[in-house]
Amino acid sequence: MLYREAGQFKTTYAEDQQIFPIRQDRIAMALLLVVAFVVVPMIANQYWLAAILTPFLILALAALGLNILTGYAGQLSLGTAAFMAVGAFMTYNFVLRMPWLGIIPSLVLAGLCAAGVGIAFGLPSLRIKGFYLAVATLACQFFVLWVLQRVGWFSNHSTSGVITAQKIVILGYEFVSPASKYLFTLAVVAVMALAAKNLMRSQTGRAFMAVRDMDVAASVIGIRMMGTKLLAFGISSFYCGVAGALYAFCYLGTVEPEAFSLDLSFRVLFMIIIGGVGSILGSFLGAAFITLLPIILSVLSGAFSHVTGIEISYAVLSNFELIVFGGLIIFFLIVEPQGLARLWQITKEKLRLWPFPH
Amino acid sequence: MSQTRNVGDVILNVENVSLAFGGVKAITEVSFDVREHEIRAIIGPNGAGKSSMLNVINGVYHPQQGSITFKGLTRSDVDSHEAAKQGIARTFQNIALFKGMTVLDNIMTGRNLKMRCNFLQQALWIGPARREEMEHRRQVEEVIDFLEIQHIRKTPVGRLPYGLQKRVELARALAAEPEMLLLDEPMAGMNVEEKQDMCRFVLDVNDHFGTTIVLIEHDMGVVMDISDRVVVLEYGRKIADGTPDEVRGNQKVIDAYLGVAH
Ligand SMILES: Nc1ncnc2c1ncn2[C@@H]1O[C@H](COP(=O)(O)OP(=O)(O)O)[C@@H](O)[C@H]1O
Ligand SMILES: [Mg+2]
Repeated sequence: MLYREAGQFKTTYAEDQQIFPIRQDRIAMALLLVVAFVVVPMIANQYWLAAILTPFLILALAALGLNILTGYAGQLSLGTAAFMAVGAFMTYNFVLRMPWLGIIPSLVLAGLCAAGVGIAFGLPSLRIKGFYLAVATLACQFFVLWVLQRVGWFSNHSTSGVITAQKIVILGYEFVSPASKYLFTLAVVAVMALAAKNLMRSQTGRAFMAVRDMDVAASVIGIRMMGTKLLAFGISSFYCGVAGALYAFCYLGTVEPEAFSLDLSFRVLFMIIIGGVGSILGSFLGAAFITLLPIILSVLSGAFSHVTGIEISYAVLSNFELIVFGGLIIFFLIVEPQGLARLWQITKEKLRLWPFPH
Repeated sequence: MSQTRNVGDVILNVENVSLAFGGVKAITEVSFDVREHEIRAIIGPNGAGKSSMLNVINGVYHPQQGSITFKGLTRSDVDSHEAAKQGIARTFQNIALFKGMTVLDNIMTGRNLKMRCNFLQQALWIGPARREEMEHRRQVEEVIDFLEIQHIRKTPVGRLPYGLQKRVELARALAAEPEMLLLDEPMAGMNVEEKQDMCRFVLDVNDHFGTTIVLIEHDMGVVMDISDRVVVLEYGRKIADGTPDEVRGNQKVIDAYLGVAH
């Protein structure tokens, strides 16, 4: 089937403003959802579900959160992991102290707590930009972890702030198997990605991009600088907060504040750089890439030693991974700042014209 | 459906405005007024303070002295959000489009003050948010038709040639349905044909919608052709004010322009 919009005439603005205006995209999306919700849980083994697919989805959600702030609204942040930590620890506390709430309301409330912290640490963005703002969010990163380690209340006074996430229970059903945790994560991520897509194609998204692209022009047409930037911090941190909660509840199980170190913030940042800044698809591509890279490299090195007989040590491999990482980030920053998502878009544009080059 | 243009009462009154950046005096004690529905030009050599004047009017710069009265409301310090709410829209000398967005999205942002749905409704894309988006899309399409840019609707603005970018910027300003439009050198850097188009659009806007227009322009032919009255600035001071014919005959203006190579 050719990929193009020929013959698909749009007679109303509603049709033109659909989430996926091209029919082939709609079909592809529907197929992807069927595969993710039905096929994958049936065929994937426990290792893939628990150790690869679930963390991939969670990190994609965090990347999406950061992308809303950095990619769409243009505010650089290194506090992603801190907002995730707030989400994780607050969900734990809501479930612990108000068990009658249920997991979903607890997640939402924890997300709102993360949003509150995000807005508070977003206040400097009204005055400072770029590098200096990044430093301010870095302060947030250290401050939040410090508080979580120091104030015993957050971890219910456990030693060194470790928490063990409670079981997720909805209407008596317990999400314990890797497949059920994967499905829970997938459902949350799908709903939130859809909401983000809607938001970014509405006035809020346009206001974010306007502030990012040209702040004077934005305020001259009546966009409020302060409200818009703080909203971006709030929404972004909400997403990161929920991602953090899933990280604790569906992936790690037992977490200490150190799991949400600066390292994680950088990993998420690299995901959006490689995947595509200012693209929802890019958040997923970047997360997939970074989650899969170590696996691909180890498979390749396995094949390499099998063919040549030279054994590659784990240390060499993990260093090699860092080199590939660094190289790719430099490549994307210089050559294709809009990342994999842009490469994908270029391919689609070519495909639209194919087989006629003009 | 074109209404007959009827220059009315004073809509904007600039009184004794002075603006300085550190030691640089950009504007010194300038006063002038703009009447409803008229096309008012501001001319003067480079660095005369013309752009600064527009920036004062819509609250980007804050003058140290003087006041601005728009539609009967006097303020010494305007905030750009307020100015937009009152119905002032503008374009910039150096195109200030949102580079990462399509033409359509750029123009849609022009309608932000008229949108009422909150972000939660937008995230859910439920009834009201969706209807609102469609309704504003329809209005934006009218602007797009008016300025004849249908063919580039979905193009990212960064890929457009300069002349079209200027037109998109005008479209974004028009989408706000402003009462007063401030245009900072809308024809600078255009070829003759593009200039003619832009002239026609400016006149049409003024004619169809009755929009009051304050225009900075270097091309004297254009200024004399389309404006009702002209303010002349030099070194931040007003040196002449009147109809194109009056201004053309003014000795100070002749001197100012002969002193500068164009
Ligand atoms: N943001 C600014 N900071 C400092 N000086 C400025 C700024 N904007 C304008 N100026 C100065 O004010 C004077 C008037 O500039 P401008 O209003 O741009 O003139 P024009 O538009 O008539 O060419 C110039 O001397 C310019 O250097
Ligand atoms: Mg100027």
